Amino acid sequence: MANMSKNNNAVISVDREALERGLRRVLPAHCLLLGEEDLRPYECDGLTAYRELPLAVCLPETEAQVIDVLRTCHQLGVPVVARGAGTGLSGGAMPHAQGVVLSLARFNKILRVDRAARIAVVQPGVRNLAVSEAAAPFGLYYAPDPSSQIACTLGGNVAENSGGVHCLKYGLTVHNVLRIRVVSIEGEVFEIGSEAPDAAGYDLLALMIGSEGMLGVVTEVTVKLVPKPELAQVVMASFADVAKAGDAVAAIIAAGIIPAGLEMMDKAATAAVEPFVKAGYDMNAEAILLCESDGTPEEVAEEIARVTEVLKTAGASDIRVSQSEAERLRFWAGRKAAFPAVGRITPDYYCMDGTIPRKRLAEMLSSIAAMESKYGLRCANVFHAGDGNLHPLIMYDASKPGDWERAEAFGAEILELSVALGGSITGEHGVGIEKINQMCVQYATPELEAFHRVKAAFDEPGLLNPGKAVPSLHRCAEYGRMHVHHGDVKFPELERF
Amino acid sequence: MLKAHSLDDIVAAVRNANAAHAPLRIRGAGSKDFYGGLLAGEVLDVAAYRGIVAYEPTELYITAKCGTPLAEIEAALAEKGQMLAFEPPHFGGANGGSAGATVGGCVAAGLSGPRRQQAGAVRDFVLGVKLVDGTGQMLNFGGQVMKNVAGYDVSRVIAGSLGTLGVIAEVTLKVLPKPVAETTLVFECDAAEAIRRLNEWGGQPLPVSASFWHDGQLWLRLSGARAAVEAATGKLGGNPAVNPENHWNSIREQTHPAFAASPLWRLALPSTAPSPALDGLRAIEWGGALRWYAGDVDGDHAAIRVAANRLGGHAVLYRAPESLRCREGAFTPLPPALLALHRRLKKAFDPAGILNPGRLYAEF
Repeated sequence: MANMSKNNNAVISVDREALERGLRRVLPAHCLLLGEEDLRPYECDGLTAYRELPLAVCLPETEAQVIDVLRTCHQLGVPVVARGAGTGLSGGAMPHAQGVVLSLARFNKILRVDRAARIAVVQPGVRNLAVSEAAAPFGLYYAPDPSSQIACTLGGNVAENSGGVHCLKYGLTVHNVLRIRVVSIEGEVFEIGSEAPDAAGYDLLALMIGSEGMLGVVTEVTVKLVPKPELAQVVMASFADVAKAGDAVAAIIAAGIIPAGLEMMDKAATAAVEPFVKAGYDMNAEAILLCESDGTPEEVAEEIARVTEVLKTAGASDIRVSQSEAERLRFWAGRKAAFPAVGRITPDYYCMDGTIPRKRLAEMLSSIAAMESKYGLRCANVFHAGDGNLHPLIMYDASKPGDWERAEAFGAEILELSVALGGSITGEHGVGIEKINQMCVQYATPELEAFHRVKAAFDEPGLLNPGKAVPSLHRCAEYGRMHVHHGDVKFPELERF
Repeated sequence: MLKAHSLDDIVAAVRNANAAHAPLRIRGAGSKDFYGGLLAGEVLDVAAYRGIVAYEPTELYITAKCGTPLAEIEAALAEKGQMLAFEPPHFGGANGGSAGATVGGCVAAGLSGPRRQQAGAVRDFVLGVKLVDGTGQMLNFGGQVMKNVAGYDVSRVIAGSLGTLGVIAEVTLKVLPKPVAETTLVFECDAAEAIRRLNEWGGQPLPVSASFWHDGQLWLRLSGARAAVEAATGKLGGNPAVNPENHWNSIREQTHPAFAASPLWRLALPSTAPSPALDGLRAIEWGGALRWYAGDVDGDHAAIRVAANRLGGHAVLYRAPESLRCREGAFTPLPPALLALHRRLKKAFDPAGILNPGRLYAEF
């Protein structure tokens, strides 16, 4: 079901014929889509609730073509939305109705894997998992592993600063990318970062990573590869109380352990997953924790023993340690299949992405339970517990009038509570079009103005992915929500759930 | 000199300077006055705006006001068995006489110590900043959570920006537990062999947390779980070091004789880069990726920069007489398009160009 309320297309008027002529001049016919039936597959990304048809889809094969497309659009004042695999969950790659989609899908070559230097140089359309597969013969891999890694591309990962289940120990995209080549809206090429540990000048790499295609178009990515740990083992613990599970997470960290992965699922999530995956989850537990340890066999044995001790003290009702690689993968299979499993028990679901301080978890989960009654919708919770990143999956039925609107309001309330609890509206999925209104809650006017100035420093005419990631002040005024400063809410005397 | 005791003092000082178009030179402990370009403008001393604002060991973060000495932060962390994993230098402190580096200066300079090769650099640990921009506007970027992709990641860009984008008033850093076990091994080898070995070890799952080569000796620090350190020690051989803590501290604080050169060049290179055709190699760190060279005041400075660029890295004129740094620039010149982008970004935060002008590049 299309929902156009957030689409931001009104202001720009484009000479469609001039655009088509211009693009035909710089791209061969097989690199340009113009017909409606060809454009249709590009109307949305992984967030299907928001759709828009672009005027054209460009599928360049060389950097020179990317430069030409950007110059053409710049000259004609046409918006450009860069796109990788389109697996994003925040509508970041949703087209602009008066714009062009610039797909990097054909930039799919791994240019170099350097075993000695432990780096890979890849084109932005290369899939995340393909990098690790190419590095595997050398005992190396690319650490960030978003759950969509079989499909999502490195270019998209750079745009969103993607994480994954192992980022507590191994970092996000920003910690694992060394260098990018970027084309500006004017068609100018920049090399940002280097294969050395740092580069001269401002750390523009940090600014570009996670900028959601607003600052430039990436045409090449150099990533760090790390040695594959000899062994990984996972501990699965059951808890009769979600608050206790949350405390157990804090206790593991307090014990000086940074596990390779630390994930939590609530009862609604395990109930959805278990019949589907048969991972062996404890169906009576209110929450289960998965804690992975990796390293040398000696190191893993030492860490698993310490983790087990902490979990016992924290009141786990049952603890199991994977005894084989097959069992480890089975324990994880449920977590990794959580989204599709929930997709089996509900016609539609809406995935949220707030981060909160871990210690506020129990509070957040009880608030979500209250929201389930308020909105009359169910919600399953999976949680990157180690880094406080919560993915509530709100279940709804798009064919029922009003269901999506309630799901959207439910999600907005979760995000705004995340900010009030001292967290963020998005940990790894990005703002895109989805959370554009909640940016007005997370940031005050001066910060939003600073973001607009940063955008203008890179993209003066504002043609790269306009209307995404950073809301206009006008939009915030219309949305009418206030930025919550350090938990000082309006009407502090009122209870808030 | 202007002394700021509060956030209001900082804001007022910047507003006045902005109105008068009068440059400010932001200063914490002054431990890195030697670093970067020209020191110009009236000193805005922020050392008195200090103190830990929040420390949550189980949330793995600490928030502190800019003037807080690193020593104070590290003492608080040590009580809970935690650390600043990027091992920033203090350049002073207990033995050096002065109070030692502040957290604001540490983030502004972006200098990391020996553990950088394993743990990451300053910017990898910056979670949030409270910044006073060049117009005196207070801005909050990032926050206190590990994962936050809402808005551009301005707080990480602030690391290493040398105060040119804003006065860092407060900063939140990710902290990590101290390793359970640590051992240092020493090997005898030349520089080329050290680079070869470091890269070979880097490709294996070994808990190498620091490396340092100087004058025919390669020092290697292993950190992690006890079992992992013991297994690696058995595998690697070498001789156990005497007094390793003092040794690594002298690398971190650059009191080791290897750093006693002026001019001293810092070359950041791909770790596998062969030795450039330069004389004066003093030390190798970070698994081969950081190399220190003694220069010559009358030497061919451009040749050093060219050599580093050719190898895919860059050269910083790290310690040198101010006159030389002003003439040659401390940092490798940027290509024109990138320089233009830097100027636009500078303007976005400091339109009048009053914050530490020339400290990073003479052009802004």
